[in-house]
Amino acid sequence: MLKVTSLSKCFGNLSIFDHFDLRVPHRGFTILIGPSGCGKSTLFNVLTGVVPSENGKISWCGETLTNLRKKAAYMQQKDLLLPWFSLMDNALLPAKIAGEDSAKSRGRALSLFKRLGLEGFEGYLPGEISGGMRQRCALVRTLMFERELVLLDEPLSALDAITRRSLQSLLLMLQSDFEKSILMITHDIEEALILADEVLVLSQLPMRILERFTLSGSKLRQLDDPQLIEIKEHVLNILQEELKK
Amino acid sequence: MRRPALFTLLVVFLILAVWELACRGFNVPDFILPTPSQISMVAVFKAALLLPHAGTTAMEVLIGILISLLVAVPLSIVMFAHPSVENAIAPFLVASQAVPVFAIAPLLVIWLGYGIASKVLMAAVIIFFPITVNLLAGFKSCDHEFQMLFRLMGAGFWKTMRLLYWPWALPHFFAGLKVGVSVATIGAVIGEWVGAQQGLGYLMIQANARLNVDVVFAAILWLSVMGLSLWILVGFLEKKVIRWKQA
Repeated sequence: MLKVTSLSKCFGNLSIFDHFDLRVPHRGFTILIGPSGCGKSTLFNVLTGVVPSENGKISWCGETLTNLRKKAAYMQQKDLLLPWFSLMDNALLPAKIAGEDSAKSRGRALSLFKRLGLEGFEGYLPGEISGGMRQRCALVRTLMFERELVLLDEPLSALDAITRRSLQSLLLMLQSDFEKSILMITHDIEEALILADEVLVLSQLPMRILERFTLSGSKLRQLDDPQLIEIKEHVLNILQEELKK
Repeated sequence: MRRPALFTLLVVFLILAVWELACRGFNVPDFILPTPSQISMVAVFKAALLLPHAGTTAMEVLIGILISLLVAVPLSIVMFAHPSVENAIAPFLVASQAVPVFAIAPLLVIWLGYGIASKVLMAAVIIFFPITVNLLAGFKSCDHEFQMLFRLMGAGFWKTMRLLYWPWALPHFFAGLKVGVSVATIGAVIGEWVGAQQGLGYLMIQANARLNVDVVFAAILWLSVMGLSLWILVGFLEKKVIRWKQA
């Protein structure tokens, strides 16, 4: 389980979050939703050690850590595929940098290409394929990290509705088939309600958790469920109130 | 043939036609301005005279390019890795370009002699600057998010250089190299003007003294062909190396 306790971050006099607490259960799918600029991405940057925190404690499965760099895989909004490498070479990047056995890594990448519907495209350059396929390749690269925890920062926001829907299923596959614990940021309330086990609604700066919703039932959930509609309306109201502040 | 290439040929043809007709129409003497047809004849039929000189100049330019690459690439990497080195060296780099090559050519001839060494160095001094500046700008332009991704993957400086910074900076590198090779002949020819025993610059000075203006123009034509060939060669290499740009 990921446990974040009393985490604080400020830039100069501006407090981004102060004594922020967070839990992501083992093999859970937790989604953070909040207004733009509320500090969600900064939280991920602190968790991954890109920027240091002022204080607080981060622990993964009981082990206290400075950051999650060695425990979590991180996928961002942009696919960040290197245009000069083929899809296969992009997927193998974590292994190349770690100096792992290339034949073994290639075998693993090939099986991931197959599972994520990219079989036959291994030799293509990122500029030769669609945005959805690029994002799937980025997902393969994220899985190549072989980390139990996956941090996703709006991974589907740049995609069209149909591609997004198919990739949502793949994100669920991360949780169910690959047994990952997932912490994801999104602006899309419906996406959160479809995918998450727990949705945390965040405030404006300094960021804090305003409300948490625990969701049950099989996924992908159908949005015509009256309970989900009610939660959606409620979350929208909370966010609108926040924006008025 | 593609339309832009056809247009270029048409413009060249028009300029040459106007030049030819003006020379003939106004009876301009050969020792003032020879006609393009006369220059072409000299360039082709006096190839036995021109080629050895062209070969010397080409060798000076090519070795100059090689030396400038051997200095510019490592220096750009060091300056990128250590901004303090860049701050320390940048004034000298700018100063090296602010001083006219004519001013340093006599000194280089005194120091390195009348052989090709002084001309090679002159060419290298001219080429080195655009390559260094462009390559450094290329490294610096690398997207912050990609750099962050590499940091998260635990990549050190040299792995990041090999897999990210260098390929990222390649278009900048080739832009600098194109500028460099197209002006490289300037350095070599100025060096030859100041003191040499062979080379197109040397031939131009000799021919000019004898009022063989057609030979001077033929030498200029060979220099232009040399510069253009290098520029096309670099463009070809660029297309081969940066194939992903066309994807």
